[in-house]
Amino acid sequence: MLTGMDSFQATIDADGRIEPRDAMPEGYRKTLIRQIAQHAHSEIIGMQPEGNWISRAPSLRRKAILMAKVQDEAGHGLYLYAAAETLGVDRADLLDLLHSGKQKYSSIFNYPTLTWADIGAIGWLVDGAAIVNQVPLCRCSYGPYARAMVRVCKEESFHQRQGFEILHTLCNGTEGQKAMAQDALDRWWWPSLMMFGPPDSASTHSEQSMAWGIKRHSNDELRQRFVDMTVPQAGVLGIRVPDDGLSYDEESGHYRFTEPDYTELYDVVKGNGPCNEQRLAHRVKAHEDGAWVREAAAAYAAKKAVRAA
Amino acid sequence: MSASLSDLFFYTLRLGDDALISAQRTAEWIAAAPQLEEDVALGNIGLDQLGQARSLLQYAGVVEGAGRSEDHLAYFRDEREFLNLQLCELPNGDFAHAMARLLYFATYQQLLYDELRSCDDEQLAGVAGKAVKEVAYHVDHATQWVLRLGDGTEESHRRMEQALDALWPYTAELFESDELVRRLAVAVDPSTLQDEWTRRVMAVIDESTCSRPSASYQHSGGRQGRHTEHLGYLLAELQHVARSHPGATW
Amino acid sequence: MSIEPLWEVFVRSRRGLSHTHVGSLHAPDATMALRNARDVYTRRQEGVSIWVVRAADITASSPDEKDEFFDPAGDKVYRHPTFYQVPEGVQHL
Repeated sequence: MLTGMDSFQATIDADGRIEPRDAMPEGYRKTLIRQIAQHAHSEIIGMQPEGNWISRAPSLRRKAILMAKVQDEAGHGLYLYAAAETLGVDRADLLDLLHSGKQKYSSIFNYPTLTWADIGAIGWLVDGAAIVNQVPLCRCSYGPYARAMVRVCKEESFHQRQGFEILHTLCNGTEGQKAMAQDALDRWWWPSLMMFGPPDSASTHSEQSMAWGIKRHSNDELRQRFVDMTVPQAGVLGIRVPDDGLSYDEESGHYRFTEPDYTELYDVVKGNGPCNEQRLAHRVKAHEDGAWVREAAAAYAAKKAVRAA
Repeated sequence: MSASLSDLFFYTLRLGDDALISAQRTAEWIAAAPQLEEDVALGNIGLDQLGQARSLLQYAGVVEGAGRSEDHLAYFRDEREFLNLQLCELPNGDFAHAMARLLYFATYQQLLYDELRSCDDEQLAGVAGKAVKEVAYHVDHATQWVLRLGDGTEESHRRMEQALDALWPYTAELFESDELVRRLAVAVDPSTLQDEWTRRVMAVIDESTCSRPSASYQHSGGRQGRHTEHLGYLLAELQHVARSHPGATW
Repeated sequence: MSIEPLWEVFVRSRRGLSHTHVGSLHAPDATMALRNARDVYTRRQEGVSIWVVRAADITASSPDEKDEFFDPAGDKVYRHPTFYQVPEGVQHL
């Protein structure tokens, strides 16, 4: 009979799923908490750059789509926090770690959305990159995380399409609209490539996460997959990927591309991006403004419980 | 447009504008709600309101017969042409204000749509039939929160009472009758809704332990296109991209 | 710590099927938990009925006991219809 850590390793080796109350190495638990929390934080901070355009969406149809999308992100954050909570942490504590800057979220959300076309670019590129990152997580070794990701991926399938549709409409519109689309691609291309994290040569957590079945592919593999997927789509849109080094390699069947400037990534992670302070301040304010509401609801529930007893 | 079609057009616009302006305000809560679950809940409510607005504005465009779409009506009318209630356009305030407004407005919509769904205009009746279920949920949501805030902590009680009071002077307008609603056979005369509305709203307020609101002055004018100063800014934000690119599709 | 307890959510996706666990959420009380579950977990018509259960009220079997709990059932093959031989030609059995 296998117990404890032997059972854990046997399950991992057999590509099985670890469930909440199973024995697991402390490192596995910590890695998962860190990763799931960061993922959840990214979803809820990610509501801001897009939420920024709900009030200004240029048609009512677009407004409805964008509202539904931003709402989905709140839902996804919620599924992910719930997955993290199965590991014995509390959502309120994770939020505190986000608010105090002790846990991170995806750096992509520290870039500003400056025009309506940015909403298209986020859907197409940022959600596109997220999907490339997330699909393998549906097979992650930790059951609750994998299940949350199945739900997230299913719901997000419309996110990327609506982004592409926005850009496609712009690219077939007026000169002004087309210029807006090109400008958005110019600004979002490099940050999107950085979403896959540092190059494999410099990635600190990758190897152990791969062994544990938390991560299934390396950063560089996923980045390549994203480029291969995206470049032909840019061709359909008729806008130019801002990379002079981009070329198709017949032999390998892959695009060769210029690596992004990772010093920028490290800098934004450290807090020095265009919107780091703004995003966090907004989030903290919403949380603090809501404190009296949460307290009221708890007080009401307590009163009712006493009256019922 | 005949006189009766013109009445129907303006009546439909009134209801559509109520829903559109409410949706715009509700959407401002997304990513700013007191808890994640509430972000999602308010998203649903805003989407319901926006859906009602789109159906109504689209229909208003058809009635008018001048080729205006829902987007023409939403994006290319000026302040004075908007016919929504002033209650819908007021800035959000705190969460208690949001729930007070939702209680007042959704209860009104529920009574109105409930009548309207048996009116002789098939389109309006159809929109109302669908919407009445949506707003029943909005009423419930607002009720749950008014109870919790009113009977929660000292602070929440104070804020809830303040909010109910602050918005009360904008509630008489909900029930104003005028020539148009009396002429137009399919229209619901809102003055007929007031007693039941008051009964329902007061029942919630009483249970919440808040004192009943009252006001010495009641605002009016939204149905005639006279608004608070706030609507101009709301529309500037809502309309500016569309107006910067006239003729563009999105 | 969250002042709002954790609730587990079960949704019946359509009539004729059981409620299935879909996830969890935080809510101050059962009334709000049910409503939050509706908003969070049935946005895409995923359900016709919802249960919410306070997570703290669930008693779960322990993974450490899984051998004594579940292994003894492993050799009772006679509980399954495939254990029995049916003579050729016999129908409706």
